[in-house]
Amino acid sequence: MGVPMKFIPNSTIKNDMLKETGLNDMDELFSDIPKQIRVKNLNIPKGLSQQDTEKKLREMAKKNESFCDMLSFLGGGIKPHYIPSAVKSIISRAEFYTAYTPYQPEASQGFLQAMFEYQSMIVELTGMDIANASLYDGATALGEAALMCSRINQKKTFVIPQNISWEKKSVLKNYAKGPGIKIKEVPYDDKTGKTDLEKLEKNIDKDTAGIYIENPNFFGVFEDNINKISKVVKDVGSLFVVGIDPISLGITKSPGNYGADIVIGEGRALGNPMDFGGSSLGIFACKKDFLRQTPGRIIGMTKDTDGKRAFCMTLQTREQHIRRAKATSNICTNEGLCSLTAVAFLSWLGSSGLQELSRINFDKGQKLASTIGSIRGFEKRFTSVHFNEFVIKCHDANKVNKELLERGIQGGLILNKWHPELKDCMLFGVSEMHTDKDMEKLASALREA
Amino acid sequence: MYRSAVYDEPLLNELESYAKECKSEPITLLPASLQRKDKPCIPDLDETQIVRHFFRLSQMNYGVDSGIYPLGSCTMKYNPKICEEISRWDNFAGIHPYQDVSTIQGNLQIMYELEKMLCEITGMDYFTLQPAAGAHGEFLGMLLTRAYHEFNKDYQRDEVILPDTSHGTNPASAAMAGYKLTEIPSTREGTVDLEMLEKALSEKTACFMLTNPNTLGIFESEILEISKLVHKAGALLYYDGANMNAIMGKARPGDMGFDIVHLNLHKTFATPHGGGGPGSGPVGVKSKLEKFLPIPRISKDKKDGYFFDYDYPNSIGKIKGFYGNFSAILKAYVYIVMMGGDGLKETSEVAVLNSNYMKNKLVKSGKYELPYKELRKHEFVLSCEKLKQEKNIRALDVAKRLLDYGLHPPTIYFPLIVKEALMIEPTESESKYELDKYINALIKIADENPEIIKNAPNNTSVKRVDDVGATKNPVLTWKMI
Repeated sequence: MGVPMKFIPNSTIKNDMLKETGLNDMDELFSDIPKQIRVKNLNIPKGLSQQDTEKKLREMAKKNESFCDMLSFLGGGIKPHYIPSAVKSIISRAEFYTAYTPYQPEASQGFLQAMFEYQSMIVELTGMDIANASLYDGATALGEAALMCSRINQKKTFVIPQNISWEKKSVLKNYAKGPGIKIKEVPYDDKTGKTDLEKLEKNIDKDTAGIYIENPNFFGVFEDNINKISKVVKDVGSLFVVGIDPISLGITKSPGNYGADIVIGEGRALGNPMDFGGSSLGIFACKKDFLRQTPGRIIGMTKDTDGKRAFCMTLQTREQHIRRAKATSNICTNEGLCSLTAVAFLSWLGSSGLQELSRINFDKGQKLASTIGSIRGFEKRFTSVHFNEFVIKCHDANKVNKELLERGIQGGLILNKWHPELKDCMLFGVSEMHTDKDMEKLASALREA
Repeated sequence: MYRSAVYDEPLLNELESYAKECKSEPITLLPASLQRKDKPCIPDLDETQIVRHFFRLSQMNYGVDSGIYPLGSCTMKYNPKICEEISRWDNFAGIHPYQDVSTIQGNLQIMYELEKMLCEITGMDYFTLQPAAGAHGEFLGMLLTRAYHEFNKDYQRDEVILPDTSHGTNPASAAMAGYKLTEIPSTREGTVDLEMLEKALSEKTACFMLTNPNTLGIFESEILEISKLVHKAGALLYYDGANMNAIMGKARPGDMGFDIVHLNLHKTFATPHGGGGPGSGPVGVKSKLEKFLPIPRISKDKKDGYFFDYDYPNSIGKIKGFYGNFSAILKAYVYIVMMGGDGLKETSEVAVLNSNYMKNKLVKSGKYELPYKELRKHEFVLSCEKLKQEKNIRALDVAKRLLDYGLHPPTIYFPLIVKEALMIEPTESESKYELDKYINALIKIADENPEIIKNAPNNTSVKRVDDVGATKNPVLTWKMI
């Protein structure tokens, strides 16, 4: 049917165009490729029509089970969240999603204004002065934050809690390799699941570039010693980097209120689907003193030649396309559409909606933890107050998850692979998507397991 | 004549907002040190307001669906709607990355098969889909380079060489991975200068980064000699795949001698740019580098099907959370399934034909010059130097005037070795009619009254934007107004 060629309009008039270009055949256009390395064909099956493609993909989709088919209580920094249809409709506007990075501001005012609004909202939520238009994800945002701390104060040690996700830790270590930044880990308190303040104090000094604290942390636990931690960080003259879950900021203080210098986080939960862990949204905000050290695109407000309000990418001399090897980061393509999703989602919620969403997530987290904790053989591993994720200890986590799966439920994330000290511990996650009935279903399955 | 929608659309915080009732009793369980006292300053609007706001903004934005978008080295091709639709199905978008492996066989199969297809397209042995963008892939490539040399106890290799035509991300990525940069000037033909390369190579060289065809759109015909020189010096050869749309089914970086390759799924494989992202920058390597690839890898077991394999003790670890930007991965997979091997070859042939067709007509017009070699691949770089000399019209002015015709300008002032550069990449998805329209506009602009061009654009939602003012006096949030 030649259907794929629908995307190549000149397919049918190639010969005419070749002639008009003064060429005899297609080979002439590729005559500069040495003969030894020319290939004739690619060993990839013949193209399918759109109809057959859709059919093939339907079959493949059946091999997955989404949250719609299977109840899941997985934590690990990612959970299902409700996505309003209005948000889906907004980001489906092809003027947005088929655009490139807004190099030509006059033809990109819509996207630029939306990014300016995104930056404004992130600043409101985090209590920082400025935000960039996005980084790849929370993990790479942490990497960039560590590099920025070291650029600012020329120090070469970055301190993190032992209990951040192993994935983040690994990404950070890779980002730190270039400038030779040493990563130091501070243990968590075995009882509370919080960062061990005493050990933190012992591990930092005047040579520490930055200290990273997550709130809530990877175990879902709130770091309620945050003011003390902040003071300890300031006392040694280091920079304070705070990792957030934006959904929690409806009920918890902005990190700006407790002395953060840089705030990062994973913003996927703001209207983006789980998407198997990607497309993600790296939130990056900081104090304005660090503006010129900030990585990534930043959108600014300015005027056009008529004096009318206009927007454009700004402070581009920080960036790779101008500064090349001396850029603050190599980032070029970011996660623009996910930022657009986030600003549409936040405006749909409004401040009241965000507070409510935050509260629901908190309440469900408490409810599910106490329900599971009351079942014989299951107990909450840490004593501290948590948000919508929490750690449960049981007798045999693998067996529990296997039996849950047989009942059509995906259980918590088993932690011992990356945290051997947490044998038979599982990280559960819950959100506004889980009804009381869902939680009851899990509880009764656990009772049977 | 083209006219963009013009709205004096207020900012979200300037729209009429009403305070919604909300429960404000404090959450007593939450530690007092963390309880939020103030409401975050996000306006409370109704859905109609929000939808109209973003709808109007969208109408002041240009995308590939608005028209031709020939940004050089960006490969702004049509993004098939079917790819969008499929990527939003719950059974793809609604999957948690840590689900039991038996419930994600579809996703794993897609990733596994895409890796294999990318290997075939590029001639590499193994691929990872983890990097989130092209520059991210480059950064990974540099980390792999480091891991390789360190594994071989070749610790003194701390330099990366690249030509002066390279993309800005190349030096930035190499610098981020801790490398010193050496830039070598191109020949008068616009290609790699073998003598300069040989001089620059030493026992300190870790890698030579190259785009082929390069950013002038010229194929580096001496690539086999380049490869020989680089490998003789014990260095690795890195392929920036931004320009892969020129050679699919015609030649493969793997056969040219490249050791590491990154691709941009959001260029060559038709996934949208999303106004800046998300993209996807898979990285392919030759066997000798396999063991350093990020984890997890995707493997296949006869009995249990596909699974995540973490058992790579020499792996560099991770470059991004989870497994890559899955929606982009899925869209690229759907695109390749539709195109097939022959369709991809046809893609590159027509992309190169379109580019040369435009180049010929524009050069013939005598209005623009084509520095360096005649034959180009998928893109070509014209110079407006003549216009500048004669009428004081710069590349920026031409770009802005194109906007008045409803046409997106090309990349300008890049590569740096062409004065007043217009870097044009039409892609295969534009018809001859669209190409002619663009050619005619460029020719017409060259003859227009310089006053008009200097004052362009006029038909866009705002007139020429003062970006210098934006930098001098940064206003980056609504709080700063």
